[in-house]
Amino acid sequence: MFYREAGDFKTSYEDDSQTFPIKFDRLRYYAVLAVAFGIIPFIINDYWANAVFVPLMIYTIAAIGLNILTGYCGQVSLGTGGFMAVGAYASYKLMTSFPDVSILIHILLAGAVTAVVGVLFGLPSLRIKGFYLAVATLAAQFFLVWLFNKVPWFYNYSASGQITAPERTVLSIPVTGANTDAWAKYMVVLLFVTGCAWLARNLTRGSLGRSWMAIRDMDIAAEIIGVNPLKAKLSAFAISSFFIGVSGALFFSVYLGAAEVGEAFGIQKSFLILFMVIIGGLGSIFGSFAGAAFMVLMPVLMKNIFVGALGWPTDLAAHLEFMVIGGLIIVFLILEPHGLAQLWRIAKEKLRLWPFPH
Amino acid sequence: MPDQFLYAVEVIINGLMAGVLYALVALGFVLIFKASGIFNYAQGVMALFAAMTLVGIQKGQIPFAKLINTVMGTELEHFPWTVPVIPAIILAFGVMILFAIIVEKYILKHLVNQPEIILFMATIGLAYFMEGFGDIMWGPEIKKLDVGLPQGGSFWIEDMTIGLGGENFYGFFIDKLDMVATVVAILLVAALTIFSQYSKQGRALRAVADDHQAALSVGISLRFIWVLVWSIAGFVALVAGIMWGAKSGVQFSLSLIALKALPVLMLGGFTSIPGAIVGGLIIGVGEKLFEFSIGPLVGGATENWFAYVLALIFLVFRPQGLFGEKIIERV
Repeated sequence: MFYREAGDFKTSYEDDSQTFPIKFDRLRYYAVLAVAFGIIPFIINDYWANAVFVPLMIYTIAAIGLNILTGYCGQVSLGTGGFMAVGAYASYKLMTSFPDVSILIHILLAGAVTAVVGVLFGLPSLRIKGFYLAVATLAAQFFLVWLFNKVPWFYNYSASGQITAPERTVLSIPVTGANTDAWAKYMVVLLFVTGCAWLARNLTRGSLGRSWMAIRDMDIAAEIIGVNPLKAKLSAFAISSFFIGVSGALFFSVYLGAAEVGEAFGIQKSFLILFMVIIGGLGSIFGSFAGAAFMVLMPVLMKNIFVGALGWPTDLAAHLEFMVIGGLIIVFLILEPHGLAQLWRIAKEKLRLWPFPH
Repeated sequence: MPDQFLYAVEVIINGLMAGVLYALVALGFVLIFKASGIFNYAQGVMALFAAMTLVGIQKGQIPFAKLINTVMGTELEHFPWTVPVIPAIILAFGVMILFAIIVEKYILKHLVNQPEIILFMATIGLAYFMEGFGDIMWGPEIKKLDVGLPQGGSFWIEDMTIGLGGENFYGFFIDKLDMVATVVAILLVAALTIFSQYSKQGRALRAVADDHQAALSVGISLRFIWVLVWSIAGFVALVAGIMWGAKSGVQFSLSLIALKALPVLMLGGFTSIPGAIVGGLIIGVGEKLFEFSIGPLVGGATENWFAYVLALIFLVFRPQGLFGEKIIERV
């Protein structure tokens, strides 16, 4: 009834090529932005920021990054944790070396550093394909984690081998360190997630995104019709790593505050983000949000049910959580291999015909 | 002979032994990948689960004791009996067969014709599930696995080789367990080769590996073959679990040997059994030698990543691995 193209006349090319062609979608988009920027910062408290919103949005950025590489360009990567570590350590080195420069710039620069590393590890993708590439990206994961563990320069020779984010301010409001307010953390991360999602959405529907999708669907055919695989694959690695680096920098500086590389950015992190992308839906920006939300909210929910409501021991609940996550992934893959985004798409199709489906 | 050279030889021998253990895990991967095109990430967790089950049966633990105690408020822990080694191994193998049937019935059957990446993700989900399931069933603590395998270094070899070097050389240190593992691995490969070459089921297995549809059309039951191949992989996992479990105890890190087997597979090619063996040996020797010669210069612990980087560099020059089938791409 309210969700359809009919009656929404496009009178210019700009109108015709906008991101959300349906009026209801546009309004919803602005409404979500208004709630996220205008209402939540005023009512958020520490628990909601630290347990839900901040990790959710940081993981969303990483999931968008991996989705660009895996969902849009078809290159499976298991090195996400390692690239997040690059972002974290780059931001740490920048923050401690140039304390006067704004942290926002440092986080973007950390993304750029990660992009360079990503291209380096993406080079073999020109020769290696499929599973072989997936396993090859594990080389990045293990090598990078080892490097940050073993070379003291990266953690400024601190005795514990940890990196700790110093207090940095934006407009004289602290956003990292112990004195940060919940809303300040939230706003910084929200700013980045909005920017990243906007950028990713527009990149993927432009010519670059089309060349990625051509490579994903069949690389040889894409090459024959004139897509340069070198350019497409390496740009996908670079941009994907940029997002993942930004998310790693935020994860360390804003969310954790202090990090130990093996624990915070180990192989488990790579799998977690891959799960988000798969459950959310390969090749969908909305899916990255949905997948991250699912994987962040479900453990919180399970913990509240089993430990909070039923009073079970935490270790038993933790094992049960593993089982449920594993089981849900299998169920999802069987019932809806295209993820939550596909459910959303189906709902929209139905909504378009509602209330007269015939 | 100079001592340095002898140490290097010792490192190489130990590397070969470690390589055999890697190859043992890689073997399970190759079997499943050939027969069903599934890259089974859960192989490592299967080894962990098999070893846990074996220990649990041996000690007469009650499965799910903690869960039952929490829900029902009881104080269960052990059955009043313990089971000797051989029946326990047979029972554990039975559990792995049951596991294969369940996996086929509830997962694989529904995922036929899905793209490889989806199947791969499903096995990661399976790995997560089994990790939690195994811990709930048998408890998460580190268990000691004792099936009567010899432990410790072999004094005989040390005594025999002590005369080779100078006075600072004490002979080669070689773990007896590693030698047993080598023998077992050779027997296992021989048995698998004989099974797949000369038995009816083995022929069916190779037919499925060659071409699913053609195999179906001559009346081979794909579903039976899958159960069969997952059972065999379960058996290989059990053997690997016993070897690794006897070495370092049955604990979570056992499931990470799957990650060690991946570069072995890349090097050897995903579809080749000899490849898994040779790849395992190359990786085993390579990483031990690298740690021995370069490791001290860069801070040690290079074993974590060396295998991957080696495989990565190797693949750039030969994308299908050592023995993999030539990749032919058509539009």
